[in-house]
Amino acid sequence: MEQNNKQKWSLALVSLPVIIWTLIPVIWIFSLAVKPQANQADNNFWPRGFSLDNFELILFGGASDLFLPALLNSIIVGLIATTISVILATFCAYAIARLNFSGKKMILFVALAVSFFPVISLVTPLFDVWRSIGLFDTIPGLVIPYLSLTLPLSIWILSAFFQQIPWELEQAAQVDGATSWQAFRKVIVPLAAPGVFTTGIITFFTAWNDFVFAISLTSESARTVPAALAFFTGASQFEQPTGAISAAAVIVTIPVVILVLLFQKRIVAGLTSGAVKG
Amino acid sequence: MANIELRDIVKTYGDGFKAVKGVSLDIADGEFMILVGPSGCGKSTLLRMIVGLEDITAGELKISGKRVNELAPRDRNLAMVFQNYALYPHLSVFENIAFPLRLARGQFTEDEVKQKVNAAAAVLELQDHLDRKPANLSGGQRQRVAMGRAIVRDADAFLFDEPLSNLDAKLRGQMRTEIARMQRRLGITTVYVTHDQIEAMTLGDRVAVLKRGELQQVASPRELYEQPVNLFVAGFIGSPPMNFLPARVDGDVLKLPICDIPIPGELQQKLEGRDLPIVGIRPEYIKDSSVQRPNDRDVTFEAQVDVTEWLGNEQYAYVPFESDPAVQHKLDELDRDLDGEGLRTQLVVNLDARSRIREGDVARFHLDPAMAHVFDLATGENLTRNEEEAARIARESEEDRRRSLERSKAREAAEAGAS
Ligand SMILES: Nc1ncnc2c1ncn2[C@@H]1O[C@H](COP(=O)(O)OP(=O)(O)OP(=O)(O)O)[C@@H](O)[C@H]1O
Ligand SMILES: [Mg+2]
Repeated sequence: MEQNNKQKWSLALVSLPVIIWTLIPVIWIFSLAVKPQANQADNNFWPRGFSLDNFELILFGGASDLFLPALLNSIIVGLIATTISVILATFCAYAIARLNFSGKKMILFVALAVSFFPVISLVTPLFDVWRSIGLFDTIPGLVIPYLSLTLPLSIWILSAFFQQIPWELEQAAQVDGATSWQAFRKVIVPLAAPGVFTTGIITFFTAWNDFVFAISLTSESARTVPAALAFFTGASQFEQPTGAISAAAVIVTIPVVILVLLFQKRIVAGLTSGAVKG
Repeated sequence: MANIELRDIVKTYGDGFKAVKGVSLDIADGEFMILVGPSGCGKSTLLRMIVGLEDITAGELKISGKRVNELAPRDRNLAMVFQNYALYPHLSVFENIAFPLRLARGQFTEDEVKQKVNAAAAVLELQDHLDRKPANLSGGQRQRVAMGRAIVRDADAFLFDEPLSNLDAKLRGQMRTEIARMQRRLGITTVYVTHDQIEAMTLGDRVAVLKRGELQQVASPRELYEQPVNLFVAGFIGSPPMNFLPARVDGDVLKLPICDIPIPGELQQKLEGRDLPIVGIRPEYIKDSSVQRPNDRDVTFEAQVDVTEWLGNEQYAYVPFESDPAVQHKLDELDRDLDGEGLRTQLVVNLDARSRIREGDVARFHLDPAMAHVFDLATGENLTRNEEEAARIARESEEDRRRSLERSKAREAAEAGAS
């Protein structure tokens, strides 16, 4: 009992600095977003005064032409990239986990190697290619690079999940009268759900937060929020757009927080316990 | 309702390992067939080939006279209970049991599913747990859910792969009788893989003994026990196992390390040219002369008892003996085949619980030479097997089986008529 308490306290002590460290920038952005324009540069951490002017500016005011289409683009790109990535990664990881084919190790290795590639070195060649084949400034033009960025990691995570699932479950399902596809859909996928959600979230975040591809491969029509923020200007020439940018940052953070809160419940560890004895 | 026919079934695994080497077996409709053998002898492989989870390399498998080698598991209509139960952890107990019914899409209405699952749950006393998840159940309850999933559909046969090996001894005993009762009641053809002596002897109508992928003997438990065909079966069936003693033929007596026994006339011919047979004596055929008076035929001897174990209802005494080096290699080989530990050579005697023999005593024992088996050293063949007796036992147990099956069918019919 005592040991347990001690452990709890030491854990709390260790995690406290980490929590503070990560929360400070977030709180700061919130603080900047609600500071009235006049107080923006007053060097106070906590806002003195409260206003929603910045939100009004980006949602309904002068910056809304820039922000709202970008928000829509972000959502579309994020959802498409996530859906495709999750589906492809699920099938690929399943094959890797269950089948014995030559070149399996090679696939996993290449996948890992690809994810080590410095992104910035890809951008310039991609820009040229996209321009010549007409993918520049289109939604697929963004989705494709995001897929190649997230698929390797998704495949790794999901194949680890699939490998944990006892093969007997699938065989039991087949004996019970399921086709391979039914066994996969009704037994394997539900059990791998935590892995599927994890990869989904990773993909969505990558697409949602990416700046490098977004700024280089888009112009007016497919620009996403991170890229759009760079084009914000202040209400007048003499004002910094800090407040507006912060407000936009707060707005795009909200879906992320909601997603994590929603899926936290789904990502229950040890869902497979109880399948087999042991 | 189905009979299962295996014709020269061979399994060669992808890595070239021959796990099953030409097994032929006929399993009658409604019969309870047990597969036993030491670890790695191919029992699970054989079962998985029957159910369709493993390809058959060569040979033919027929269910109800129809060749099924090429059919997928779902088209064979067999139900299987896995050793580790293989329950679906994301589904409730109810949905686990209903799973096979839901897959047969369109065949059952929601009400029928409910009624069938509830009936199965009632048989297995799972009614109170239907909404729970497998993770929260005890081992015995999980085992029953796995059985529920098997009995809920009208499968042609049940296949069990060591279904009780994960349970503790007491629960195993309960579930064993439960399975026996259920099989008789449903009258369904059953193939049951086990390690366990007691399960093999009590559950099976017939028992198939396998050794390294080869079938040794298929017979009723009693025939296996009393008329084994070879050294391996004799050593595998029975607990504590049969004592094997090196013997030397000397005129018309067999010289054993502990005593000499006379060779009956018919055996003398067979022993021609076999100077060093192995004699097998079951532990319970050696008696304590101070508790039980020897018969005229019995051979008596004195021996010093090394260790005794008193178990309440019976008592074991251990008598060490010097083994013959010329025979020892064969006994060692047998020990390895039987997954033994290469222990010292000793005689195990199953004494009456009243026996007063204690450790270190020199005691008088006697045994009936007619109860001893004599095996050929080279081939392991049982030279004393009585074919007529074996046939008689086989006939009797087949009659027993038919009778109990008919009884349960009659009872079933009576119940159906009453309700
Ligand atoms: N997938 C496989 N590939 C290669 N060899 C295998 C494979 N599965 C089993 N074997 C081998 O086949 C033999 C029989 O295996 P099997 O699982 O049928 O044994 P078993 O009789 O069920 O043993 P146990 O009582 O330990 O369960 C073993 O020697 C095993 O090593
Ligand atoms: Mg096995």
